[in-house]
Amino acid sequence: MSAKIVIGLDGSGSGERAVAYAKKQAKQIGDCELIAVYVIEWSPYSFQTPEENEQRHARRNEEISAAESRVVSPAVKALKADGFSARGVVKHGDVADLLNAVAVEEGADQIVVARASEGGLTSRLFGSSTSNLVMTATVPVTVVG
Amino acid sequence: MKKLALTTLPLAAAGSTSAFAQEARSIDQAVNETFATVTGPFVNFIFSPFPGTSFPWIVMWLVIAASLFTVYFGFIQIRGFRHSIQLVKGDYSDPNDAGEVSHFQALTTALSGTVGLGNIAGVAVAVGIGGPGATFWMIMAGLLGMASKFTECTLGVKYRNEYEDGTVSGGPMYYMSKGFAERGIPGGKILAVVFAIFCILGAFGGGNMFQANQAHAQISSITGDYPGWITGIVFALVVYAVIVGGIKSIANVTEKVVPFMGVLYVGTALIILLLNFDKIGWAFGQIFEGAFTGLGVAGGFVGALIQGFKRAAFSNEAGVGSAAIAHSAVRTKEPITEGLVSLLEPFIDTVVICTMTALVITISGLLIVDPASGNFVLDGNSIKTVGDVSGVSLTSAAFATGFSWFPYVLAIAVVLFAFSTMISWSYYGLKAWTYLFGEGKTTELVFKIIFCVFVVIGASASLGPVIDFSDAAIFAMAVVNITALYFLMPIVKKEMNSYMDRLKSGEIKRFKH
Repeated sequence: MSAKIVIGLDGSGSGERAVAYAKKQAKQIGDCELIAVYVIEWSPYSFQTPEENEQRHARRNEEISAAESRVVSPAVKALKADGFSARGVVKHGDVADLLNAVAVEEGADQIVVARASEGGLTSRLFGSSTSNLVMTATVPVTVVG
Repeated sequence: MKKLALTTLPLAAAGSTSAFAQEARSIDQAVNETFATVTGPFVNFIFSPFPGTSFPWIVMWLVIAASLFTVYFGFIQIRGFRHSIQLVKGDYSDPNDAGEVSHFQALTTALSGTVGLGNIAGVAVAVGIGGPGATFWMIMAGLLGMASKFTECTLGVKYRNEYEDGTVSGGPMYYMSKGFAERGIPGGKILAVVFAIFCILGAFGGGNMFQANQAHAQISSITGDYPGWITGIVFALVVYAVIVGGIKSIANVTEKVVPFMGVLYVGTALIILLLNFDKIGWAFGQIFEGAFTGLGVAGGFVGALIQGFKRAAFSNEAGVGSAAIAHSAVRTKEPITEGLVSLLEPFIDTVVICTMTALVITISGLLIVDPASGNFVLDGNSIKTVGDVSGVSLTSAAFATGFSWFPYVLAIAVVLFAFSTMISWSYYGLKAWTYLFGEGKTTELVFKIIFCVFVVIGASASLGPVIDFSDAAIFAMAVVNITALYFLMPIVKKEMNSYMDRLKSGEIKRFKH
């Protein structure tokens, strides 16, 4: 059975650093599949207007295809071009919860994420996705600086 | 309608001349009188009593329907209550549907259309006329109304239209036309058209004018009296910016602030009740005693009952059909789940929030009691109050007996509630409008502009005619909607039984524990 590493993408430079580190790890392991995950922040407990609800299904499809075409596909393509076995996953929900859930479902050995790129009051109050992941994950997590 | 807008504007401009105050008053007065004359016959018909009694037939209509649905669905509001909460929590939501409209979102969206002035001003009107006893009947109407809501929202989801671009449209118009066709009953299309017309009137009335009117009353009670059309124009401009200008951020902000206002309102009410906990028993005593004796209110016990049922229906809109429009956007394979979720709406709106308001008013001691007889002192039809206040001002004064600063918070809450209800109803009205006239930029714009004009009219007119018309329009929706529900309820029963069986057998999977 080959090893699996889940990479948390965020569409920014820090996501790239996570990819770079995962590649290094995968090379050392040898037989290793890379799963690039992009989570669209979404909560089922938010408040919405009737109009937003009416269009939600269409928006969701747009969000998924945008995430795939802009973030996940380019990353997977680049990984494959470098000779890695790789695939992408796009999901809606809480970043920390879902990265862990995908890792558990896939039986991954490790989750690689980059240090939080967000700052400010929100992350002080609620913690960043990265620190939430570190605190709640049931799979080993590597945080790339 | 363009004509109306044109005639209002020069009049508004004239208000800025030297005789400002007088001119302004006369505008309000003219709007008021014309409005009362035009809407009079319609209002009189809806509230006409059963021959030989003083009981309006429309109130009977709502109560009988809610009771029938309660029995027909085997007290679903009690049986299904626990499961409803599990559904809202997302225990049964498929994780693969993440990112779609959740049960929680559909419920809160519908709630922000119903929780609002009905709970604050409407309850004060009910208690001010019907006495504390009206509260008892309001709670009863809320509990029974849960079954009506369950029926209409299940149908709303089952017969919604799903378009190729991924958007959805639902509501009574759709279940009337499609559901009747499915059962082979003629007349569905006609009912749908009549419903759509009343829905548009309801959007202009309770969903708009009543809100603008009470928002103005609340603001002017703090700033001092000034002409209503000024508030009306400001409100109309903001509503215009959102629904025509597409400035979504205003609607989004309101949508996020309103729930907190709701929590703050209930929280404050609870604190006032806790501070007066020695009077709670007495207040409930008044509510129960008043429910069956009336404690001297106009019309006695029947007066209390009518007011209670009327204001409950106006507040939670059960049987009216508006909620079926709001709930139909949810993502679910089982229409019955949304019906179950929707039955929480009258519970939160009426049984919890309205009761809070009524208790605070009762405890405040603002309703003047004749010490000799123990009955309320009447001033015409309504109970005499300390400071001669009614409607939202009564609620405000009652809360002020607990916290003197609360009227300021309430004023902000009222404005926000009024605004979010207007946005919701502009959507309901628009759905009915496009059902009648087809979708398209121009037809939609016409509706939205008329909607804004009514904001100004509502803020200018006095409470009496506005509340009468608002009630009449909303109840007219219920006449048509409930007629349709009677024909379609076997479909809901079949859905319900099948779902409950599969839930019991474990075929319906629970995802979260």
